[in-house]
Amino acid sequence: MNDAMMSTDEQPLLVAQDLARYFDVSPPWLNRVIEGQPRQILRAVDGVDFAIRRGETLSLVGESGCGKSTVARLIVGLYQPTRGSIMFEGVDLATLRTRAQAAPIRRRFQMIFQDPYASLNPRWRVADIIAEPIRTHRLMTDRAAIRCRVDELLRQVGLSPSDGEKYPHEFSGGQRQRISIARALSSKPDFLVCDEPTSALDVSVQAQILNLMKDLQRELGLTYLFISHNLAVVYHISDRVGVMYLGRLVELADVEELFARPQHPYTRMLLDAIPDLEMTGRPRTPVAGEVPNPINPPAGCAFHPRCPWANERCTRERPEMKPAPNGALVACHAVEERRLPPARAVPPGSPI
Amino acid sequence: MARPPANHPLLEVRDLRVEFPTRRGTLVAVDGVSFHIDPGEVLGVVGESGAGKSLTGAAIIGLLEPPGRIAGGEIRFDGRRIDNLPYEQMRRLRGKEIGAVFQDPLTSLNPLYTIGRQLTETILTHLDVTPAEARERAIRLLQDVGIPGAERRIDHYPHQFSGGMRQRVVIALALCANPRLVIADEPTTALDVSIQAQIITLLKRLCREHGTAVMLVTHDMGVIAETADRVAVMYAGRIAEIGPVRDVIKTPKHPYTIGLMGSIPKIDRREARLAQIDGAMPRLNAIPPGCAFHPRCPKAFDRCRVERPDPIHVDRSHVACWLYDRDDVRVGAVVDE
Amino acid sequence: MATTLDSDPKTTPGLWARFLDSDIFYSFRRSPLTIAAAIVTVVCFAGAFLAPWIAPHNPLDLSSVDLMDAYTPPVWMAEGNPRFILGTDDQGRDLLSAIMYGARISLIVGFCSVIFAMALGITLGLVAGYAGGAIDSLIMRIADVQLTFPAILIALLIDGIVRAAFPRDLHDQLALYVLIFAIGLSYWVQYARTVRGSTLVEKNREYVQAARVIGVRPVRILFSHILPNVIGPVLVIATINLALAIITEATLSFLGVGMPPTQPSLGTLIRVGNDFLFSGEWWITLFPGVALVTMVLAVNLLGDWLRDALNPKLR
Repeated sequence: MNDAMMSTDEQPLLVAQDLARYFDVSPPWLNRVIEGQPRQILRAVDGVDFAIRRGETLSLVGESGCGKSTVARLIVGLYQPTRGSIMFEGVDLATLRTRAQAAPIRRRFQMIFQDPYASLNPRWRVADIIAEPIRTHRLMTDRAAIRCRVDELLRQVGLSPSDGEKYPHEFSGGQRQRISIARALSSKPDFLVCDEPTSALDVSVQAQILNLMKDLQRELGLTYLFISHNLAVVYHISDRVGVMYLGRLVELADVEELFARPQHPYTRMLLDAIPDLEMTGRPRTPVAGEVPNPINPPAGCAFHPRCPWANERCTRERPEMKPAPNGALVACHAVEERRLPPARAVPPGSPI
Repeated sequence: MARPPANHPLLEVRDLRVEFPTRRGTLVAVDGVSFHIDPGEVLGVVGESGAGKSLTGAAIIGLLEPPGRIAGGEIRFDGRRIDNLPYEQMRRLRGKEIGAVFQDPLTSLNPLYTIGRQLTETILTHLDVTPAEARERAIRLLQDVGIPGAERRIDHYPHQFSGGMRQRVVIALALCANPRLVIADEPTTALDVSIQAQIITLLKRLCREHGTAVMLVTHDMGVIAETADRVAVMYAGRIAEIGPVRDVIKTPKHPYTIGLMGSIPKIDRREARLAQIDGAMPRLNAIPPGCAFHPRCPKAFDRCRVERPDPIHVDRSHVACWLYDRDDVRVGAVVDE
Repeated sequence: MATTLDSDPKTTPGLWARFLDSDIFYSFRRSPLTIAAAIVTVVCFAGAFLAPWIAPHNPLDLSSVDLMDAYTPPVWMAEGNPRFILGTDDQGRDLLSAIMYGARISLIVGFCSVIFAMALGITLGLVAGYAGGAIDSLIMRIADVQLTFPAILIALLIDGIVRAAFPRDLHDQLALYVLIFAIGLSYWVQYARTVRGSTLVEKNREYVQAARVIGVRPVRILFSHILPNVIGPVLVIATINLALAIITEATLSFLGVGMPPTQPSLGTLIRVGNDFLFSGEWWITLFPGVALVTMVLAVNLLGDWLRDALNPKLR
């Protein structure tokens, strides 16, 4: 749809540089003084770099507490970054101080939330919910024109225009997620941040929503940042994938490469943990241990207490993201020192 | 896997019907469900939300929330009817013979008591042991479910455990009195993938070691594939297909199961589009006549719209679908998408 | 499970039809006590607000009052007069009319002070809950301090201040507004606390975050997104508070700091009648008292029902 913009193809649509967000989770001041407790800082996101090219889907995966949802909220402006910057088409979002400056850019990225039962105001009619971005940004003022646009959006996401008169509770989870998508599309954004958009849905409905998102991406030239814990979904929808662990990216690679030759030990572990639907009877070695408390992450590489290849250097020095031989960016000393066994194609028995 | 031969199944459910009387009429949430579980067997019950799978589990252990009630059929445990037992007898049976693991480990544990107290109390209620023996048994159970430092951790409160560890405690609690059947309702849904794999492995190992049968209720086909011996696929309160797990997953027969399997994204191949089943599961107050799946079924024909199919024997499975009610049926022709 | 059964997905009926079909109306129909309370409330309110048109006399019109009619007992007693069904007071005013006019003033004070308290409490509660931090602490500490004083004391205090600040001849004219202000100010805390609590929950819900991502202004988020979703419990408090406000007004008037005898409210009537209780003219104080109790009880029962009907856990 935007041929004119293709000239800026080389420039990424969105760049996050050293993005970090800390939360102060200290007990109240009085308790700290009386009980002598220190301040506690939760490093939800601690220095993340990535770029998203126009028209692609970048996914962030990881287990709960890895900071992937915080990244999503930082990008759409629900949180302010503690450190680092977000550039949208070369414009640093932090420089947009006033509402009037921010609105034209903010309009161009929207968000789809996880819980279709909580993300729509239960007291509003669907047509008003979908029209809210249009009214807020005054993209149209004529009532009939707005109504017409809402009808078009409803059809676009597979609902019927008459659904606009209803309230959210009259719809199933999948239909509500369609309404969410229609709302996100109504301000004609280029970029959608999708925070676990299908994890609250049943599989058959999940397939509908994923297909819809792919269709819309193709028709409207959308760019997605897709947050998920479900690797199969990520494999299906992404062009590139970033794996997060305890607030940092540990691996960033093209999707085929990541699933065929996972580099970082954590990525390998995640892939190994996927239930084996093909029933190959492959032996699984579930990694012991759990994600540590992000308030006191382990020193050095945060994954070292669970990593079978960790050595003394891993406990001491935090690895930076460096290119691996296969082109992926990996934050792992063992990968850098080539002391990992070659990545086996996961899942075994199903060559990609 | 060799199983000891049994004269009768451990659990037998016949024509179970669960109803919710509301002011707008009676809703039938589970409608004529029949299945059995053999000793030591893992039966997976899979379906989307609202399919009635959790209610079936709740009905078996007598934990239906009012106004829900069993309105028909019978449930036999070890040959004995249990659906009409008085509350007190059912309660004793529930801890001793049938254990339960729920989705959210927080709701199964009392936050005010140490896990040790909860474990020993359950053991003392159901087994004839001294308090010291009960505590020893509790520690052994905690070690068994893989909690490091069990001697110390036994005196901790539930909130001091992480989600995965809490689910392990719940499993220990369910296994306290050596039950012969465990009903596990979405035991891994609230957990991260890596923890999920650990819990599945644990459940499998424990049931093999103790010879415990499991009814595993979940929406996740992956978990079923990893764990179950047989699987029942539920749709709109009825069983659409039930059979050995390999058959159901590799060669599904009911069009719903075929659609369900197709809509799961797989890691072995990237498709432009996932196979999808259009529409959504009907609400309980609007279940269509005939086969409940017919409005979404690509292969529905006239008979499906008026007559409700009952499970028919196909190969090693039972399938509730009219497509198979023909003498000349060639399964391959139907399954081929 | 029950939430998925609410309505037929095919049609969207009108507001009135939806109300008749709603769970709230259903629970109303099922409770005879509530229906009785509603009928009593409607009769009381109608009698009070329509007093100028339906009352047999106008007690405020001095020309129609005859001192010779004073102390007439109710109609069923030996000296009763059919013109005065519930008898007359010491000035010869018809007691039934006086009660109707008095209830009118009581209700006006009640409604206005509840609306004033609601407006203040809801706004402060929304702001405190949404803004958080220092603003939240400030508002809620003020609320805490105010809670340590009984409502009646605050009302007395405000009344005292007004009496000291304004000339005497203004007092009677201002009495109504002073009462509304005093009572309203002493009841806002409950609304603020409830609304703040619900706002804290609602502001983290995804529909509010969605509105923020869209770029909706905070004031609009507060009033068009959050407010409609926190108003339920507020209406319950408002109903129960209406009864409380009427009682408070009556208490203040009874203590002599409320409505003047020239514009009597129910409390004023009770106070005036109180002087004659032991001289045999019991009706002068009893009937206003019965009217007050009946009205307050009916409104309170409605409030209790509303609380239960809106609370899904008790259903």
